[in-house]
Amino acid sequence: MATYKVKIWRQSGPNANGHMERHIVKGIDGDMSFLEMLDHLNEDLEEQGKEPVAFDHDCREGICGACSLVINGQAHGPETTTTCQLHMRSFEEHNVSEIDIEPFRATAFPIIKDCVVDRSGFDRVIQSGGFVSVNTGNAPDANANAIPKPEADTAFDAAACIGCGACVAACKNASAMLFVSAKVSHLAHLPQGDAERRERVHSMVNTMDKEGFGSCTNYGECEAACPKSISTDNIATLNREFIRSKVGPTT
Amino acid sequence: MKLDAKIPEGPIQDKWANHKMAMKLVNPANKRKYKVIIIGSGLAGASAAATMGELGYNVDCFCFQDSPRRAHSIAAQGGINAAKNYPGDGDSIYRLFYDTVKGGDFRSREANVYRLAEISNQIIDHCVAQGVPFAREYGGLLANRSFGGAQVSRTFYARGQTGQQLLIGAYQALSRQIAAGTVQMHTRSEMLDVVVDDNTAKGVIVRNLVTGQIESHAADAVVLATGGYGNVFYLSTNAMGCNVTAAYRAYKKGAGFANPCYTQIHPTCIPVSGEHQSKLTLMSESLRNDGRVWVPKELGDKRKPDEIPENERDYYLERKYPSFGNLAPRDIASRSAKEVCDEGRGVGNTGLGVYLDFRDAISRLGEDTISARYGNLFDMYERITAENPYQNPMRIYPAVHYTMGGLWVDYNLMSTIQGLYVIGEANFSDHGANRLGASALMQGLADGYFVLPQTIADYLASLGSDHQRTPIEDQAFVDAEEAVKSQVNTLLNINGRRTVDSFHKELGRIMWENCGMSRTKSGLETAIEEIPRLRQEFWNDVKVNGTADNLNMSLEKAGRVADFLEFGELMCRDALAREESAGGHFRAEHQTSEGEALRNDDDFCHAAVWEYTADDEAPVRHREELDFENIKLATRSYK
Ligand SMILES: Cc1cc2nc3c(=O)[nH]c(=O)nc-3n(C[C@H](O)[C@H](O)[C@H](O)COP(=O)(O)OP(=O)(O)OC[C@H]3O[C@@H](n4cnc5c(N)ncnc54)[C@H](O)[C@@H]3O)c2cc1C
Ligand code: SF4
Ligand code: FES
Repeated sequence: MATYKVKIWRQSGPNANGHMERHIVKGIDGDMSFLEMLDHLNEDLEEQGKEPVAFDHDCREGICGACSLVINGQAHGPETTTTCQLHMRSFEEHNVSEIDIEPFRATAFPIIKDCVVDRSGFDRVIQSGGFVSVNTGNAPDANANAIPKPEADTAFDAAACIGCGACVAACKNASAMLFVSAKVSHLAHLPQGDAERRERVHSMVNTMDKEGFGSCTNYGECEAACPKSISTDNIATLNREFIRSKVGPTT
Repeated sequence: MKLDAKIPEGPIQDKWANHKMAMKLVNPANKRKYKVIIIGSGLAGASAAATMGELGYNVDCFCFQDSPRRAHSIAAQGGINAAKNYPGDGDSIYRLFYDTVKGGDFRSREANVYRLAEISNQIIDHCVAQGVPFAREYGGLLANRSFGGAQVSRTFYARGQTGQQLLIGAYQALSRQIAAGTVQMHTRSEMLDVVVDDNTAKGVIVRNLVTGQIESHAADAVVLATGGYGNVFYLSTNAMGCNVTAAYRAYKKGAGFANPCYTQIHPTCIPVSGEHQSKLTLMSESLRNDGRVWVPKELGDKRKPDEIPENERDYYLERKYPSFGNLAPRDIASRSAKEVCDEGRGVGNTGLGVYLDFRDAISRLGEDTISARYGNLFDMYERITAENPYQNPMRIYPAVHYTMGGLWVDYNLMSTIQGLYVIGEANFSDHGANRLGASALMQGLADGYFVLPQTIADYLASLGSDHQRTPIEDQAFVDAEEAVKSQVNTLLNINGRRTVDSFHKELGRIMWENCGMSRTKSGLETAIEEIPRLRQEFWNDVKVNGTADNLNMSLEKAGRVADFLEFGELMCRDALAREESAGGHFRAEHQTSEGEALRNDDDFCHAAVWEYTADDEAPVRHREELDFENIKLATRSYK
């Protein structure tokens, strides 16, 4: 059982000033997940009649993309995984006993409370074109189109994005390029996405700019922080799609 | 309470087609005038909202997460069934129908299940058209695998992330409608009541979780797509936010609740590691295609697994169920695991675990093949347990996973409240007493894309041309809003000593011990005494900090736990009244000499539907008799 010195961001509301608050968290087992450590802290706070720290989480399986903490300066902490899949043994094994916890920071992700931020900008980027325009109805037989496995696999790799926003939080410019390119690339690698590829890339990039995400200057921090190992190759695909959509044929 | 299932006439394979022809349509120009509220943005809710939007209705969709893409459906791993018969292994709509009815231990409604099987193929077509990246073979065609107790390969999958990919498909379709202005999306919003007048749904009361504002929303029809209630057990494989609130509050407003005791305990989850545990993680059932389940033959054998020779291992599923072996259905596999652990042959520190061993598959197929099939699951296992499953067998134990019970709906998916529809895991309709693997995704999407948008039109059209939506100034809204506000204030003002979580944990323990994998009369009676006591303590002694006018996650949790504290009792009452064993409901008093579930078709071939009467008064049990006209009632055997 280990003890940690935790400093965590507290901010009572969107317009309030925030600060780091210090806590000593005792009785932490290496098998506990990072969020279970925070549950433990919150249980203590509640028993003392204090408000627990607000943070987003839901599935705790690394798939919903809700959890979103910067831990000792790194989005989702020291491992290539989501905050919820991080375990306390990772700190124990490296003799780290001080933990700083902050929200994902970006102009486009305003803070709602404590470590909870508003990532609805991502939803609006998808709304602007991250889909295939097909109504529910009589789609052709699913096997009407064979898709070569390598293409399907590349599309899948991009589709694995969970929309967590770590790429934005890790980027000095708070760029959303990795997230946007993952969706562009997922649909660009499939025949279903072909008809709208021109408009899609344009309007998604425009919306990204409008939402206040920064520009991409190829630091590559996004890929390093991404829990799903989304590759910056997708950014190259996006750039290619963007240029092609201006100059040439779409296929 | 009148239960009319409204099953269409005619042979089973024609019912849905005939019904579609017989239903009224809404004139395209009028669709915009109808407002439909959809609570939930999981597979069921998102697919319904998107489709209703495409059709031109005016839709308001709500979810409590920060984005519709994060609904709990995202976590589904294994796959989705369809009767495509692409592998040519003898599958058909009829066989999928048959397997689902049998798998549900003859406690589902034939007509609904047949429709589900019939629609299954369209779902796959539609999802592929959306760009859902299902697994493919080298030739570029879709790949299938066998899954969870099926003897044909009918499961479509997307690595271990099928739910994610399907949900993102539905979310993208929904996003397109949000952009088109047909759907208004309300995230971080929790529905706390349905407004009902004259047994007809008029709208909902919602709390904006960011501002704390309590709002009224009026509609011509309300759809609940709010998922399952497995978290009544505290520990389950469900996401932390999953809850029964929407369904339970609808029940208190007059919607019948069907078969609340039917819970699915999934056999392959990572065992509990300690008191701190906040949730359990599922290891996809697809692992049972290649993994072999065993425990030592000796009681209390503490040797490491690789030190236990072959002849001292008990591959108990293969032994007991030679034809299905490791692929025996979930309820059977779970109960067998509990049995061997109760005998004292369980493994791991707690003794609550069995091995799932890939040694033979690795030596037969090579580590690369196994890693290509299950790599992400193996990684997840290692991350959580710090053990390498390529070298040591996994340890697994059953955990609460899915709830077959839910609000009662007729063939049109309408509850006993007019204009209140229930889709996805929140209803009771298709899985009977046990759900087969890869069938929940199928059902959620069948309901949302293909059934509800058709059946709801019939209702809306029947409202007539002079129909007026009830305004939110109406007394029914005012009263409901008042009640919700008053509950919020009460919770904040109790100012007791115990945290919300401590109550939730205690309830979970009562439920797991008495209403879990094996249930007895005396255990259930104890729970029915203990739960009201705990509930009373909650209302006297809970401590909820913070205020009502901003993001307050303890307050949200308190409301959900308050409902679980009532609902848990209803589950136990249902389990007590059902004097038989069927699927996920195992009453120790009703078993064969070999320890298999013993149904009682003479007295219990029905869905039990509970009607709320008053707080602290026993609810009334009604029944919908189930007729099996196509598939003969038979004892389920997997031997
Ligand atoms: C770990 C795991 C793996 C699974 N794997 C498979 C699988 O491989 N194959 C398969 O077929 N099934 C699987 N299932 C089951 C399946 O995922 C679910 O049954 C299904 O996704 C439920 O979908 P749904 O749309 O009904 O509900 P959910 O996806 O749970 O969505 C519920 C929605 O309702 C909203 N909501 C709830 N209450 C309120 C409220 N009061 N106010 C506002 N909004 C509310 C939530 O925000 C959410 O948007 C799995 C389940 C789990 C837990
Ligand atoms: S690209 Fe990676 S880091 Fe960015 S949102 Fe997607 S999963 Fe998260
Ligand atoms: S809580 Fe879902 S990804 Fe972390």
